[in-house]
Amino acid sequence: MNSPFKSLSLAMAKGFFREKTTLFFTFVFPLMFLVVFGLLFSDSGTDRIKLGSVGDGPVVAALRETGAVEVERYDTLDAGLAEVRDGDLPGLVEVTGDRVVLHFAASDQARAGTVRGLVQGVTQELNVAASGQPPKFAFAATQVEDSSLKAIQYLTPGILSWGIAISAVFGAALPLVSWRRKQVLRKLRLAPVSTTTVLGSRLLVTITVAIVQAVLFVAVASLPVFGLALSGTWWLSIPVFLLGILAFFSIGMLVGAFCKTEEAASGAANILVLPMSFLSGSFFPIENAPGWLQAVSNILPLRHMNDGMTDFLVRGKGFEALLVPCAVLLGFTLVVSFIASKVFTWEDN
Amino acid sequence: MAAIVVEDIRKSYGDLTAVDGVSFTVAEGEFFGILGPNGAGKTTTLEIVEGLRRPDGGSVRLLGENPFPRNVKLLPRVGVQLQASAFFEKLSAREQLETFAALYGVGPARAREVLDLVGLADKAETREDRLSGGQRQRLSIACALVHDPDVVFLDEPTAALDPQARRNLWDVLRAIQARGKTIVYTTHYLDEAEVLCDRVAIMDSGRVLALDTPAALVRGLDAPVRVVLERGALAAATAAGLPGADEVTEDDQSLTISTRTPAPLLSALAERGTLDGLQVRTATLEDVFLHQTGREYRA
Ligand SMILES: Nc1ncnc2c1ncn2[C@@H]1O[C@H](COP(=O)(O)OP(=O)(O)OP(=O)(O)O)[C@@H](O)[C@H]1O
Ligand SMILES: [Mg+2]
Repeated sequence: MNSPFKSLSLAMAKGFFREKTTLFFTFVFPLMFLVVFGLLFSDSGTDRIKLGSVGDGPVVAALRETGAVEVERYDTLDAGLAEVRDGDLPGLVEVTGDRVVLHFAASDQARAGTVRGLVQGVTQELNVAASGQPPKFAFAATQVEDSSLKAIQYLTPGILSWGIAISAVFGAALPLVSWRRKQVLRKLRLAPVSTTTVLGSRLLVTITVAIVQAVLFVAVASLPVFGLALSGTWWLSIPVFLLGILAFFSIGMLVGAFCKTEEAASGAANILVLPMSFLSGSFFPIENAPGWLQAVSNILPLRHMNDGMTDFLVRGKGFEALLVPCAVLLGFTLVVSFIASKVFTWEDN
Repeated sequence: MAAIVVEDIRKSYGDLTAVDGVSFTVAEGEFFGILGPNGAGKTTTLEIVEGLRRPDGGSVRLLGENPFPRNVKLLPRVGVQLQASAFFEKLSAREQLETFAALYGVGPARAREVLDLVGLADKAETREDRLSGGQRQRLSIACALVHDPDVVFLDEPTAALDPQARRNLWDVLRAIQARGKTIVYTTHYLDEAEVLCDRVAIMDSGRVLALDTPAALVRGLDAPVRVVLERGALAAATAAGLPGADEVTEDDQSLTISTRTPAPLLSALAERGTLDGLQVRTATLEDVFLHQTGREYRA
């Protein structure tokens, strides 16, 4: 069993895995983005408001118990006030016996308001409890599942999609160009193998590489430091993943068909994929961008790959969410590979 | 039966006419050489016959078929070594051959065999980019032979080979020919073409200037025999008086006598006892080549 398909795939896989630079840019480089962004944004979601305190008592203890603020003790009022004045503390609670005074900075209205509400609420609650009367109005808080995600939850599908996109584009474009330049394409043309066999084996290698990338990515993102939690429908991301590879593989073929040198091809691939990754929300959510940018974003394949991967990897959406990303990616693949096949030439001239 | 029939093929790159009306026929089992200075159009001619390029005009039949566009029926029967060697990246010599073998549905055992054939068994596990120039060249030849094709095209296969490898390759090629295969090759080594080829075509500026067996071409040149003596063995004036001597020239090293009747001249020299260091030079294919293509140097 040594079919042309099998040995071509093997030859290409060896060529790929023996090239250290490519390995770095395929596996390590996107992971570096994940680690850097993951650590950078890991605090932002869980960042608790600080509150200074001078003196102690039931109010300070109750504030600590709420868990909503991080209470920091100061020995003297002046030391605490200095922090408030510098803008490092939104508020300072001064407790002398039963008297509770909140000093706050007016510069940060939002935080000052939060702190003020909190301290007031806690104090009133203690007052009610001290009176021995049952409270007239009952109050309870329940959390609602919202659509905004913890940083790692959108970073992982985003950066993973970008990493796969870039390696699929490069994986299709660079071999095509270098084979044309080094005449390997001519040797293939002289051998009784079909274009389907050649492209198919290249695609197989690209998919294998992408699977390794995905496993590595999810494994690293699931480390406790980052804390990725996969949703129950993560496996629905597989069709999006495969169609995404196809879409970017066909873009790579188009690049490889146009470009005559490796330098030109990697330049073109970067120019296509890098801006696309920003516009598609690979690194930052795109929801806050102006409307026209979002419109642009919606015609990009990476946007739909991103959305699809996020929907299933972390949002836990169902089958019905497959339709849009899969249709867009498939359409993209068909159109782009058709153009690539028209532009393609075997020879440099 | 003819393995290759080429009729009046033409090919231009922009204003440059690389092949300008070339015709020849190669019989099955023939060893055919294409000779010519750099830029004569040899590679372009081969590429058209192999089906890699479409001729602007004229026709090609390769094993009775049209090779262009890509003719899948022909491919398994044709082996091509390109002038610039083409390999997969990062693969060892053995892996390269096994991959090419598999493309033709040939197993790895044959890959080993061909590696042995070109004397690269020791380098089987060496990566292609770490082979020497001549070793790469031999690997490239091996890749063209791996599927045992009926027609083999070799574009300067012996360029960059050392004398041992060159002679070894001659044996390999002769053995292939002995099995009834057809070989078409180009070379700049005219001595080699003279011993290997059944017939040669001498090309220049995209045209065939002469086409025949090497012996017939040399005979057709009708060149005098040159007898070369060490300088000082004989005075130039004496030499000119010898029977059969047509012309005498002298340089720092030697004295050369041209003759059309070497027998009386040589016996006269033998009588005088001046045979030490004597060389007799008859015309070679190289003389035919220079006569046909001129001596001036060009790009
Ligand atoms: N791809 C090309 N594009 C443009 N011109 C070309 C191309 N290939 C060859 N030529 C030109 O065509 C002419 C014939 O080239 P060709 O390669 O056939 O020569 P050759 O006889 O094989 O020479 P050499 O002995 O140097 O290999 C040359 O003048 C060359 O510059
Ligand atoms: Mg040439």
